[in-house]
Amino acid sequence: MAREKGVVLLDFWVSPFGQRVRIALAEKGVDYEYKEQDLFNKSEHLLKSNPVYKKIPVLLHDGKPICESLIIVQYIDEVWSDKAPLLPDEPLARANARFWADFIDKKVYECGTRLWKLKGEEQEAAKKEFVEIFKLLQGELGDRKFFGGETFGFLDLALVPFVAWFYAYETFAKFSMDEECPKIVAWAKRCMERESVSKTLSDPNKVYEFVLFLKEKFGVEY
Amino acid sequence: MASEDVKLIGAVMSPFVMRPRVSLNLKGVEYEFLEETFGSKSELLLKSNPVYKKIPVLIHSGKPICESLIIVQYIDETWSGHSILPSDAYDRAIARFWAHYIDDKWFPALGGIARAQTEEAKNEAIEQVFTGLKLLEEAFEKCSGGKPFFGGETIGYVDIALGCYLGWLRATEKLIGITFLDETKTPLLCHWAEKFSSHEAVASVMPETDKLVEFAKMIQAKFKAPANK
Repeated sequence: MAREKGVVLLDFWVSPFGQRVRIALAEKGVDYEYKEQDLFNKSEHLLKSNPVYKKIPVLLHDGKPICESLIIVQYIDEVWSDKAPLLPDEPLARANARFWADFIDKKVYECGTRLWKLKGEEQEAAKKEFVEIFKLLQGELGDRKFFGGETFGFLDLALVPFVAWFYAYETFAKFSMDEECPKIVAWAKRCMERESVSKTLSDPNKVYEFVLFLKEKFGVEY
Repeated sequence: MASEDVKLIGAVMSPFVMRPRVSLNLKGVEYEFLEETFGSKSELLLKSNPVYKKIPVLIHSGKPICESLIIVQYIDETWSGHSILPSDAYDRAIARFWAHYIDDKWFPALGGIARAQTEEAKNEAIEQVFTGLKLLEEAFEKCSGGKPFFGGETIGYVDIALGCYLGWLRATEKLIGITFLDETKTPLLCHWAEKFSSHEAVASVMPETDKLVEFAKMIQAKFKAPANK
């Protein structure tokens, strides 16, 4: 079977993981075809491209699939290495970026999900945990412009899509990220000045509506 | 050549600790092994890994690096010689994917056998381990291209990721009386397991199966003791 040439992204509009890839592609100026997926009725194409996890995002480069958002982003960084380097050059800085990106993967989405799924004491516990996670990240950011230092990079891109979910989380769990983690909110504003970010992130109101939709369908994995 | 200041905080029984040890051996890098006592965490560990407080931690010229696979990549990028990750970007993405799958799905299934509270849960976990091995057998065929390792001619990233779990896989086989690495089911992996385990960079740091079995029994006894939850 002839492999389809070019870059194709199988994705879902509101997915923060997919958005990481979209931001990376935009930073690198890579042309690609975006294929929106129906996660409640998965296509043959998706199932064939990611048989192990059956999840988005999947990047297809000349027909060859790459799965897992941070792995895709590193691939993009290595293949389109001529502009906008995402990971730093130096091994220690790279290890540090990978460590915190892995931390984000382990903690943010899962804890965020508990914020809107649970109520009462369990929700309070999730809220405390969520704030702790971001206070740690805030500590890592320090007084720098971006996690990457002066330039927007891998770690900024790994975290920023979740910013669009803050409004939904704040509304359901009744807290304010601006109060709890002002440096993160300020960092987010700086990221949004970049077109790659502002054109990719979902409208927080739309994210909120989507979470409402998920709440009705509670328990359905997407 | 001046010896570099390389320390590794770890424990002999830990499959995660074994990963940087194999990597350092492959690169011919000498290091000081700082062994943690089971049940307590040293000041150095708590200071070097404040986020997770877990081993392994590599300390290179005073700077800590945490998370076993991140350490392996750091070792690969810092010291020349044996290449651990493939040179082709796509092959690298595939290697990273399988290492992620192994840590994300396969090893938790193996661990799930001991943690299972019901017979049903135990059987489900066993099933998942077998399914995973089948997937990894196929992955091996594709990645190795007929050569002895996932990395081809030499030990690579996925070999290290999966190979460091072999001790615990064998220990689990002994504990529950089931053969996971079965010549009739996954012949390539069986052959690979022997090659990996006997490699000079691996053999000296692979914990003995019987010692792991003893260790597992000791932990199980501790958790079954009617103390706190």
